[in-house]
Amino acid sequence: MLSVAQWTSWLVTGRSLFLLIHLLGVALFSYIVARRLVPLIRGERDFRFDQPWVRLTRVLKYWLGQWKQPRYRAAGTLHIFIFAGFLVLAIRAFSVLIVGVSQNFVTPGLSGRAGHIYDIITDYAATIVFLCMVIAVVRRLVFKPARYAVPARYGKSHTADAIFLLSLIALLMLADSLFAAAKVAAQASQSQATEALATFPLPWILRDLLVSTPLPTVARIYLGAYLVHELTFYFLLCYRPFGIQFHVETSLFNVYFAKLDREILKPVRWDVSDEHLDQVKSFGVKTFEDFTWKHMLDFYSCADCGRCSDNCPANAVGRPLSPRFITVKARDYSFQHYPVFGRANNGRALVGDIYSADEIWSCTTCGACEEECPLLVEYIDKIVDLRRGMVDEGNVPQSLQKPLKALESRGNPYGKLEKKRAEWANTKDFQQTCPVRILDHPNGTEALYFVDSITSYDDRIQSIGRATAKILSHIGENFGILGTTERDSGHEVRRFGEETLFMALRDHNVEAIKGCGVHRIVTADPHAYNALKHDYKDVPPVEHISEVIARAVEAGKIKFRPVDNATDVYTYHDPCYLGRHNQIYDDPRDVLDAIPGLTRVEMSRSRDRSFCCGGGGLMLFYEPKEDQRMGVKRVQMAAEAGANVIVTACPFCMVNIEDAIKVAGLEGKMTAIDLTELVDRQMARECPNWGEEQVYEIKECVTVSSHILK
Amino acid sequence: MEILVCVRRVPDTSENEIELNSAGNDIERDELVYSINEADNYAVEEALQIVAKIGGNVTVVTVGGEDDEEVLRREMAMGAHHGVLITDEAFSGSDGRGIATILKAFVQQDHYDLILTGVQAEDGGAQIGGMLAALLDYPFASLVNSIEVLEGRKLKISREIEGGNKEWSEIDLPCVLSIQTGINEPRYVGMRGIRQVASVLIPTFSASQLGLDENTVGLSAAKVTRLDYFIPSLGKGAEILHGNRKENIDKVLELVAAKGGLK
Repeated sequence: MLSVAQWTSWLVTGRSLFLLIHLLGVALFSYIVARRLVPLIRGERDFRFDQPWVRLTRVLKYWLGQWKQPRYRAAGTLHIFIFAGFLVLAIRAFSVLIVGVSQNFVTPGLSGRAGHIYDIITDYAATIVFLCMVIAVVRRLVFKPARYAVPARYGKSHTADAIFLLSLIALLMLADSLFAAAKVAAQASQSQATEALATFPLPWILRDLLVSTPLPTVARIYLGAYLVHELTFYFLLCYRPFGIQFHVETSLFNVYFAKLDREILKPVRWDVSDEHLDQVKSFGVKTFEDFTWKHMLDFYSCADCGRCSDNCPANAVGRPLSPRFITVKARDYSFQHYPVFGRANNGRALVGDIYSADEIWSCTTCGACEEECPLLVEYIDKIVDLRRGMVDEGNVPQSLQKPLKALESRGNPYGKLEKKRAEWANTKDFQQTCPVRILDHPNGTEALYFVDSITSYDDRIQSIGRATAKILSHIGENFGILGTTERDSGHEVRRFGEETLFMALRDHNVEAIKGCGVHRIVTADPHAYNALKHDYKDVPPVEHISEVIARAVEAGKIKFRPVDNATDVYTYHDPCYLGRHNQIYDDPRDVLDAIPGLTRVEMSRSRDRSFCCGGGGLMLFYEPKEDQRMGVKRVQMAAEAGANVIVTACPFCMVNIEDAIKVAGLEGKMTAIDLTELVDRQMARECPNWGEEQVYEIKECVTVSSHILK
Repeated sequence: MEILVCVRRVPDTSENEIELNSAGNDIERDELVYSINEADNYAVEEALQIVAKIGGNVTVVTVGGEDDEEVLRREMAMGAHHGVLITDEAFSGSDGRGIATILKAFVQQDHYDLILTGVQAEDGGAQIGGMLAALLDYPFASLVNSIEVLEGRKLKISREIEGGNKEWSEIDLPCVLSIQTGINEPRYVGMRGIRQVASVLIPTFSASQLGLDENTVGLSAAKVTRLDYFIPSLGKGAEILHGNRKENIDKVLELVAAKGGLK
């Protein structure tokens, strides 16, 4: 019987040698992990300990279930195999390690038949993991998926490190299989009852190679395989906390502690209420230690898969932002400033050091990166926190200072007069057909239409406001607007890091909304919708107009006449703050599909993979460094899908897409229309139930008056 | 270095629709929002950057009323160390020389190495800097778009000349400089910053505290007085379009095309 524990050479027994390796390996790993925890302890507080059951179900879904992985078919499938293999092999790895010390160790519950079945499964698992490693290496070396590339400005390629780690895992699998094969081969050559091996996997193949080998050689191979397994295992264990493979250990925790309400922006401080914020000395993230411990855990957990940046619109158009490297740079910074050996040194500002100001302002907070991340790494909160830090330091681009100042003094980013806020509703022909009530006191009005700044002031976008009002009155909604007392919702103000200004705008609006006594709020602006729904507290429930329209269509309150031009092909562009941030994907589509004769196609990037048009609110004022506009890319995607009408449901999307159509040279070939404008255009406006006599009277009247006019 | 920056609160041109009042002798001020004069903001930023480099203090001063305190606080939120409000009923109606006289009296109360003003007030005539320097008998340079502090109480300064070129000069301290916009990128002042200096006491000075003879300031001493505002009358060949934006654009295109400007 072969035994590694009982092997002796030069007064050293296997048992003592392997015990020493175990102790050293575990001690070193514990030490490294303890050092890695140092910055987390110094980081800001983050409240992630609530709702354990919800968190556990998310662990089951995203961690054990690998929910996001199949979004990338090839890599995702590969990862699911590797992950499953690792889980299966985890118990075997420990039992193999213990065998080095105690030859006859059997994992509790895995003796006899159960153990045998488990062995067969693990033989397959090790082989599958081994093959996955081979495929992964080939992918890296031959197919080179673009998302793994490291642009020169972010440093050196990560390929060598990735291949090194993949090879080590392959080696571990090989050693494990050889160890199992040698044991069986030795049993066979000693004519003992051999353990049956699963057919085809590595141990089965290796056993055949070893069967004719002399027993002493097999014994040496057995020992050698064990030693290699042992050393590789501990090397990997202690090497992983130095790079991307740390996610093997941290992912479980990262998923457990991941944010539950993704739509809710992180407060400035978890432990300070709004009223006490003035006493906080510094806002936002300026140094590494200003990140919360969970955000630091995110940095450790990133597996460098590149999916975030692959979906990031800012990255796609050449802005100086790649979410992947927000994480990679922070991790490198952390490893450098919190070394495993030596003293921590820190305290330098991150912006201007590892991050550039433009990098942080480039984000549209569209959420594509977070939607994609298999490990639920958070980005928007970090970007906003970094911006809060920059705003606090006065480090704000000149292009944004003017609109911010105007928001402070006039309540809108354009610096337009407050008294003109409701003028969109005062154009003569509109006012006659659809008078809009101004709500300044409780008068029994049911719903508030929250218009927000762009729809109130922008000449082009005012048409969305009028269309919305017409739809609301068509379906018999008892509604009004705040008029001159409305202020900007502050949605982008907050996301651009100006928390104090946001709070002032919010408080003003909350008071105005409460003052008019409505029971519901409707808006046609997804940014206002998101702000009212998630950033505001104590306001009546809010709906986006697309939800209201979809319901009215279903209830038969809105009937459509067929489209005039049946050759037009429509596509729906999901606004980020309606789709990804609030999961309203189907209502707008249902409305489109209810219009007779309307042909609708989907763009390849739609629903939760929608591609941001360029960003809303203050982003319209920011002058990014970019090769191309996001909107142009988006318009081209619509053209590729074969569409010539882009329907959207957001005023900012409208501005960006209409501009992009011109920039892309598609004027005349492509048009953009807001959902409300389309519904207003297609709504069948039936006459009330007039009797024949009344119709006759009217006709008579018209004839008479036209005679008089002549 | 002790730096004094003279600032002024003006109607914000980007956030107001400036209209004449019915009497035609002033603009309609009912719904105006005010802010710091833009060029003055650049001057304060420049002062802060100099002090950050070589040490010292920045004081911002304005001549006006209680309402003008707002801009002092904004600049203090930006980083200015002290704010001073010079206020007296006797000052109302002062012309440029009157304001310069008041500032001169204030400057002489203390010691400043460098005095900065914005290149001009958005509602003013670029008078104060030069006159203040003359009254103090200090050297003066206008339209300054870069400052470098040299050894031996000297500054190296530049102004833009034709074709985007720079003219470099050396100037002795103490001196007065009028600062051109674009000399730097002024930092942002958020609401939070302003709230943090909201309760800082801002000292005020009156005419008597500055030892000013009331006959040298105010309306009675003003030798330049504003007569009127007027809207230029329609010149020959001029046409004003009175439609909405879309109509105006169509009309402009039509007119340009009619004159052969569009082919």
